[in-house]
Amino acid sequence: METGIWEIGIGHYLTVAACLLTLGMFGIFLNRKNVIIILMSVELMLLAVNINLVAFAHFSGDLVGQVFALFILTVAAAETAIGLAIIVVYYRNRGSIAVEDINMMKG
Amino acid sequence: MTEAATYAPIYPELVLAIGAMALLMFGAFTRETDDNAQLGGWLAIVILAVAAGMILAQPAETVTVFNGAFIVDPFGRFMKLLMLAGSAFAILMSHGYFKRHRALKFELPVLILLGTVGMSMMISAGDFIALYLGVELHSLVSYVLAAIRRDDVRASEAGLKYFVLGALSSGMLLYGASLIYGFTGTTSLAGIAAAIPPGGVPSLGIIIGLVFLLAGMAFKVAAVPFHMWSPDVYEGSPTPITAFFAAAGKVAAVALLTRVVIAGFPNAVAQWQQIIVFAAIGSMLLGAFAAIGQTNLKRLMAYSSIGHVGFMLVGLAAANADGVAGILIYMAIYLAMTLGVFAVILAMRREEGMVEDIYELAGLAQTDLKMAAVLGVLLFSLAGVPPLAGFFAKWYVLAPAVKAGLGWLAIIGVLASVVSAFYYLRIIKIMFFDDPKPAFEKSDAALVFVMGASVIFTLVFVIWPGPSILDAANAAAVTLKF
Repeated sequence: METGIWEIGIGHYLTVAACLLTLGMFGIFLNRKNVIIILMSVELMLLAVNINLVAFAHFSGDLVGQVFALFILTVAAAETAIGLAIIVVYYRNRGSIAVEDINMMKG
Repeated sequence: MTEAATYAPIYPELVLAIGAMALLMFGAFTRETDDNAQLGGWLAIVILAVAAGMILAQPAETVTVFNGAFIVDPFGRFMKLLMLAGSAFAILMSHGYFKRHRALKFELPVLILLGTVGMSMMISAGDFIALYLGVELHSLVSYVLAAIRRDDVRASEAGLKYFVLGALSSGMLLYGASLIYGFTGTTSLAGIAAAIPPGGVPSLGIIIGLVFLLAGMAFKVAAVPFHMWSPDVYEGSPTPITAFFAAAGKVAAVALLTRVVIAGFPNAVAQWQQIIVFAAIGSMLLGAFAAIGQTNLKRLMAYSSIGHVGFMLVGLAAANADGVAGILIYMAIYLAMTLGVFAVILAMRREEGMVEDIYELAGLAQTDLKMAAVLGVLLFSLAGVPPLAGFFAKWYVLAPAVKAGLGWLAIIGVLASVVSAFYYLRIIKIMFFDDPKPAFEKSDAALVFVMGASVIFTLVFVIWPGPSILDAANAAAVTLKF
């Protein structure tokens, strides 16, 4: 496919997705403050995957990738709901959701 | 063939799913008493047994449904039977524990049944979409189960850690799947296998995708370097739930990993073999060395299970039918040993509550010789001492690896096994030669049953179940390649 400088090709989408995935991963590992931010980072990773899938599906003219992306969106919603529920339970027990306080077990 | 009959291969999963819904209704419309919750548990065990019976009744052939997204073959059936047994025994062992902690809820068997559906989908998945949905169904259930004792700070911390790292691993798995989809144009394992030409080198995109995919699945089986969640989760979760993760969850994750690399990437063996070999060495060594410093028995079992996964990966690294048969045998034996050890951990109960430290076992031989003997046999078996079952488990994964030219890997395995024998034997020393601590309270009948079944399996494996399991595993392993 001819891609001039103003034409957005699949490489651009993949780059954006890779950047988002990296941001999401760093958000999980470098974050020392709040568990909610981890939840947002997880969401970011899943969205990166969705961009990948939809871009691939569009450029190869195959619908499976878009269907896959819809499934991921659905599951991500359920995952966030469960994650928030667990965070609420944890907050009730510990009185804090700071990442550095999640240290009852070590070894 | 009628429309309904084409779905006959998924009837066991339908029974599990509909059973879970029916049980949910039962729980919602009956009074919330301990007796009802326990009845729900028994009903769940019946549902699991029915599903197992239906799987046993299926003809020994490979059938695919939903355009290849769901594969029912002897390999999957073998793993599903093990997984169903793991779930059923976990429910059986949970009653006494949750009753004593005043946390007996009807949701527990419902969640385990739904998790079992997810694991069944993982084992049978022939397509990335089905694979992802199975993995997530199992994972979401597991996060909730880990935190099911809502008033316990360690259980909720275990749930939180499991959730964060599980979500991260799902993300990596998906990113890998998306790259492989992009570079092969298909999400089905058979299609991916066909898209990689034999003898050639797969394109860079596929290789990067494969790395992410394997990283995601290594999280699920808890292989090094993605093992860090498992000690915390095993320690913090309620003990019957830990047994469920260690037994059923492990079977499903290993089956998934095996099917994906063997069926999906038969022409990229050189690429995935390196990764599997690395993870195998790391897991075996970490399982051997990191457990030495542990005094919490549940945490020790987490490291022990990491080591055992390393051995299973040795069988996978051999990349042939013998290696896969070895994994199947290993899974069967590992399941029996693990359930037995967790039954013993659940029986470590005094008036003041549950204890988990290995020094609480001191002098057990004088206060309760039967339990000490059971744990002794199981620990010898975990260490791989012949003629107990654990020896044959290791034998059948190391021998194919040697034949496949990975002799050095097998040597590392044997050395790791020798090191790990240290911490197993230390517990035996504590039980038999240290000054006794106060006796434990009388164990529940269910725990005694699990301990007995597990120890008998371990002891007589050579004579009776061994040969037939071996035949079944060999017959199942060859069906995986297609």
